[in-house]
Amino acid sequence: MGGTMPSNPSVGSDSAGAATQPLLVVDDIYKQFETAEGPVVAVDHVSFDVAPGEFLSVIGPSGCGKSTLFNIMGGLLDGYDGHIKVAGETLRGPHASVGMIFQEESTFPWRTVVDNVAFPLEIAGMAKAERLDRARHFVELVGLDGFERRYPSELSGGMRQRVSMARTLASEPKILLMDEPFAALDEQTRLLLGDKVLQIQQDLKQTTLLITHNLTEAVQLSDRILVMTYRPGRMKRMVEIKLPRPRSSEIVGSDAFGHYVAQIWNDLREEASKGLKDDEARRGGTRR
Amino acid sequence: MAAQSHGGNRFIWQQAVPVLFGIACLFAVVVLLEILIRFGFINRFIVPTPLDIVGSFGRIIVDEHVGSRFLLTFGEALGATALLTVFGISFGVLLHRVRLIRLATETWIAAVASAPLVLMYPLFLVIFGRSALTIIMMGFVSALPPVILKTLEGLSSTRPVLINVGRSFKLTPSQLYWKILFPAALPTIFVGVRLGMIFALINIVGVEFLINFGGLGQLVNELSERYDLPGTYAAICFVILVSVVFFIVTERIEKWLRPGA
Ligand SMILES: Nc1ncnc2c1ncn2[C@@H]1O[C@H](COP(=O)(O)OP(=O)(O)OP(=O)(O)O)[C@@H](O)[C@H]1O
Ligand SMILES: [Mg+2]
Repeated sequence: MGGTMPSNPSVGSDSAGAATQPLLVVDDIYKQFETAEGPVVAVDHVSFDVAPGEFLSVIGPSGCGKSTLFNIMGGLLDGYDGHIKVAGETLRGPHASVGMIFQEESTFPWRTVVDNVAFPLEIAGMAKAERLDRARHFVELVGLDGFERRYPSELSGGMRQRVSMARTLASEPKILLMDEPFAALDEQTRLLLGDKVLQIQQDLKQTTLLITHNLTEAVQLSDRILVMTYRPGRMKRMVEIKLPRPRSSEIVGSDAFGHYVAQIWNDLREEASKGLKDDEARRGGTRR
Repeated sequence: MAAQSHGGNRFIWQQAVPVLFGIACLFAVVVLLEILIRFGFINRFIVPTPLDIVGSFGRIIVDEHVGSRFLLTFGEALGATALLTVFGISFGVLLHRVRLIRLATETWIAAVASAPLVLMYPLFLVIFGRSALTIIMMGFVSALPPVILKTLEGLSSTRPVLINVGRSFKLTPSQLYWKILFPAALPTIFVGVRLGMIFALINIVGVEFLINFGGLGQLVNELSERYDLPGTYAAICFVILVSVVFFIVTERIEKWLRPGA
C-alpha cells in the first residue's frame, strides 16, 4: 500500500545537509474526478519528496494518474486532498519556482524559437536585448543554435520539444517537472535527448521530476524511481538507482542497468496487465 | 550562397505559377464568353461582350467619375470594416468571457447571420438619414455576426496546453489574453473579418443601389436604368476591385500580426 516511505533521498554527490530540507513535498495526495460513469480515483494517497539536485522519475502504466499528479504539483489543478509544499511553502496555484514541460506539443507557433524561449523572461519584464541574449544561451543549451529565427512549423517534433524545454529552463525554476516530454519521439531521438537532459541536469544541478512510462529512460536518468500502480494510482515501490554519475546513454548496455530494468519491469508488468484486463472487460461490457 | 539564391528562385516560381495560372484562367473565360456572344449563343443585348465592357471603361472613368465613386465606396467599406473589427472582436471576447451571455445569445447571433438585414434599410434611413452613414451602418450591422462568431470560435479553440503553459508562467488574466489566446485565435478571427468584409461590401453596394445614393452602387443603378449594359458591367468590375484590395490588405496585416504560418 502507499504507506509512507522513509524519505532518505540519496543524492549521490550532494551534501547530506541538503537532503534534510526537501524542495518538493508531496503529502498524501488524493484526487478523484466526477465522470458520467461515477467518480474515478486518479491519484490515491501518494506521498514522496524530492531533495535539491535530485532527479526523481515517476513511472506507471497509461491512465494511472501521472498527468493528474503532474498538474497538481504544477498548481494547475485543484480540488484534491492532501497538500504540496514547494521550498517549504504550501502550494496554491502555479508557483514561480516550479517549471513545467508538458506532454503535448506546446510551443507558440507565432513566435520564433528565440522568442519562444524568451517568453518567460518577457513576462518577468526583462529588457529586450537582455532577454534575447539569455534566451540564446538556453537555445544553445538544448542544441538548437542556428535555428533561433525559425518558426516552430519549420522544426521537427523533437526540436519543438527542445524549444519547450529551453523555454521552461529559461525561467530558471528551482524544480523542473516534465510530463513524458519525449513520448512522441522515436527511440534514437529519445536516447539522445535523454543525454541532453542528463547533461543539463548535471551542469545546472537542476532538481527534476520526470514522469514517464519508458523504463530505459527512467533508469538512465534517475536517482530514484517511483513505480505507480494501475488505477487507482497508488505508490507501488520506490527504487533507488545506484548507478555512478556522470552518466550517458552508454550506460544502457551495462549489467547493473539491466538488473534495474528487470526489477522494475517485474512490478510494471503486473500493473500493465491489470490495465489491459480492465480495458478488455470494459470493451466486453459495452458490447453487451 | 548559390544554393540559397537557387532556393529563392524556386520560391518566386512557386508563388508566380498560381498567379499566372489564375490570370490565364480568367483570360480563357473572357475569351470563351466573347466567342459565345459573337456566335449568338448568348444574347448580346443581355450580356455585353467583354470587349465592349473594356471599351466602356474610358467612358465611365471620364464621364461618370468612377474614380471618386470607387473611393467613396472604398471609404464606406473601410469604415464598416473598422467598426466590424473593433465591435465584432470586442463582442466575441465578451461572449468568450461571460458564459451567461454566450449561452443566451450565441444561437441568436447565428440566426441573425443568415437573415437578409438589407431589408431593414428604411429603418436605417430614418435613423441616420440619406447619407453615407446609413450605408456604413447597414454594412456594419449585417456583417457583425460572422466576426463575433469567428472570434468566439478562435478564442475557445485555443489549445488548452498553451493556456496551461501561460498559467504555469503565472501570467495575469490580461497577459493570458494578449500573449496567448489572442495570437492563437488570430487566424480564425481574420477569417471572420474577411467574411464580414464580404457581407459588408455586398450590403454597402446593395444599399447604394437601393437608395440611389453614393458610390459604385448608385452608378450601377443609373447605368442599368439607362440600359448601358457595358457600362454597368464595367462598374461592377470596380466593385470587385474594392474586394480584391481589401483581401490583399487583410492578408498582409495578418502576416504581419501573426507570423509563423
Ligand atoms: N478532467 C478529467 N475528468 C475526468 N477524468 C479524468 C480527467 N483527467 C483525467 N481523468 C482520468 O484520470 C485517470 C488518470 O489520467 P491521467 O491523464 O492522469 O493518466 P496518465 O497516467 O497521465 O496517462 P498517460 O500515460 O496515458 O498520459 C484516467 O482514468 C482518466 O480517465
Ligand atoms: Mg499523461
